[in-house]
Amino acid sequence: MKTAPVPGKSPGRRNRALPLYVMVAPAVIIVGLFSYGAMAGIGIAFQKFVPTNGLFGSQWIGFSNFRTLFSLPSIWGVIRNTIVISLSKMIGGIIVPVIFSLLLNEISNKYLKRTLQTMVYLPNFMSWVILAGIFVDILSPSTGIVGRIISSFGVKPPFFLGDPKLFPATMVVTDIWKSFGFGSVVYLAALTGIDPALYESAMMDGASRWKQTLYITLPGIASTVILMTVLSMANVLNGGFDQIFNLYSPSVYPTGDILDTLVYRLGIQQAKYAISTAAGLFKSAVSFVFIVASYWLADRVAGYKIF
Amino acid sequence: MRIKPSFSRRAFMVFNTTLLALVAFICVMPFLNVLAMSFSSKIAVASGRVSFWPVEFTTTAYAYITKSSAFVTALGVSVQRTLLGVAVNIILIILTAYPLSKPKSQFPGRNILSWYFVITILFSGGLIPSYMIVRYTGLMDTLFALVLPGALPVFSMLVVMNYMRSLPPELEEAAHMDGATYTQSLWFIVLPISTPTIATVLLFSFVGHWNSWFDGLIYMNSADHYPLQSYLQTVTANPEQFFRNSSNLNSDLAVMLGLVNSRTANAAQLFLATIPILAVYPFLQRYFTAGLVLGSVKG
Repeated sequence: MKTAPVPGKSPGRRNRALPLYVMVAPAVIIVGLFSYGAMAGIGIAFQKFVPTNGLFGSQWIGFSNFRTLFSLPSIWGVIRNTIVISLSKMIGGIIVPVIFSLLLNEISNKYLKRTLQTMVYLPNFMSWVILAGIFVDILSPSTGIVGRIISSFGVKPPFFLGDPKLFPATMVVTDIWKSFGFGSVVYLAALTGIDPALYESAMMDGASRWKQTLYITLPGIASTVILMTVLSMANVLNGGFDQIFNLYSPSVYPTGDILDTLVYRLGIQQAKYAISTAAGLFKSAVSFVFIVASYWLADRVAGYKIF
Repeated sequence: MRIKPSFSRRAFMVFNTTLLALVAFICVMPFLNVLAMSFSSKIAVASGRVSFWPVEFTTTAYAYITKSSAFVTALGVSVQRTLLGVAVNIILIILTAYPLSKPKSQFPGRNILSWYFVITILFSGGLIPSYMIVRYTGLMDTLFALVLPGALPVFSMLVVMNYMRSLPPELEEAAHMDGATYTQSLWFIVLPISTPTIATVLLFSFVGHWNSWFDGLIYMNSADHYPLQSYLQTVTANPEQFFRNSSNLNSDLAVMLGLVNSRTANAAQLFLATIPILAVYPFLQRYFTAGLVLGSVKG
């Protein structure tokens, strides 16, 4: 086999690859410092950490921080809240986009379809800071437009963001509201990939629209649905920090406080660095298992590779 | 062959179109409401008469906001961090994706280096260790604290790398035969044909930088170094403050007037902050499918 021509005149492979190493060097250094440096910093979780002494000057105390963390009165509630909210978001985040894309697929008018898509994709690109600013206003029971709409039916508007019973559901619904449109793009792409000849022959055989959906459309997107489900597993401990941090308040902590918000309050607000790092490490370690498992499964069931 | 649709099919289509139109309206309804409030008088907003169209049209909220120095300062910081951040992102993405797209025979150690970057997606040190790195490197309170920790968006890099890997190697081989270096073939051959992919990651990097708020909140010591989203986080998305005000609503007229004033002002601020996103939105839409790869697999 003839070898492909490569630049450079020097004989060694490594010397010829030198420019490539030079190109990749800045990223290696920056990622090394900020990502791997932070990974080394999980040592803080096993220390009686004093910032001025640094990682190397602080005293090592084993698993003591984890014992403190898991004896916090709120910790099990926080873990439960995290899982309840993230699982609900995962389930809704699959079902709603699938149904939406199936319904949108039935629209034959190209311009109507484009317009609808433009409208539903929009919230996905707004930050939770902006959306929280909007939701706090429109969901206010006394002055918000949602409250006014509910009142017009003669019902007393609930306090969506202040009532602990309603808060998790409000998070799930507003999160799905933000992301379902963009989430449907992948299913719409799968739907356009279905061979039209299948529908034609089904029509010849007298299959109804419903039968066609059941036996052609759904099997046609099944592999995509399975892939997205598997990949979403990685989020099992992601309750959605940006959203909850910007919308919660102490009155909803019993049902709305999640691991990430706890990590923030312990670490940044109360400066309990070591316990906060322990909580963060607990989350990262569990997430690591789920992310690796989800990528492995995605490769096994759908041949999906990230690189 | 054209078959006239049956009655049940037509009934379904009417129902379906109505339902989807309603769903689409619910998606933009909050934005319309805020936009209408920002152009309405505070009295109209307070009396709950503003829905989706301005009532007693006025631009005073915008006049007030654009005169507020805090807003203008934060806007300036946001513009700077976005320009610098996107530039750094794109340069590092290209410089990393290109070598990693080469086969092992040309770039020994490629697989190890790929894993070096991928591992950072699978596992992260978490909030406090990342915060400490920024503190120890002396980046606190500087623009670099918002740019350097996320200087290489690994997912975007992988997307570009996968694209470059899919290009036929003959394209570059001819140039290399004529004595072109890697830098030259990257610049003159690979980059020009990779523009759609690079445009995609550029847009997502832009949206990411414009929208990020948490890093500004924790890495900036003084509020006049906050980017726009961090500033907005402190002034609008503060439910505790909001609830405290709203409980006084009926009793204290002065508080009520103050609040209502801040409601229209907030609406104007929120809308102004979304303008850059709306401006790139048509372009974003064009690159949705490729961008989806970025969004769907985030750990």
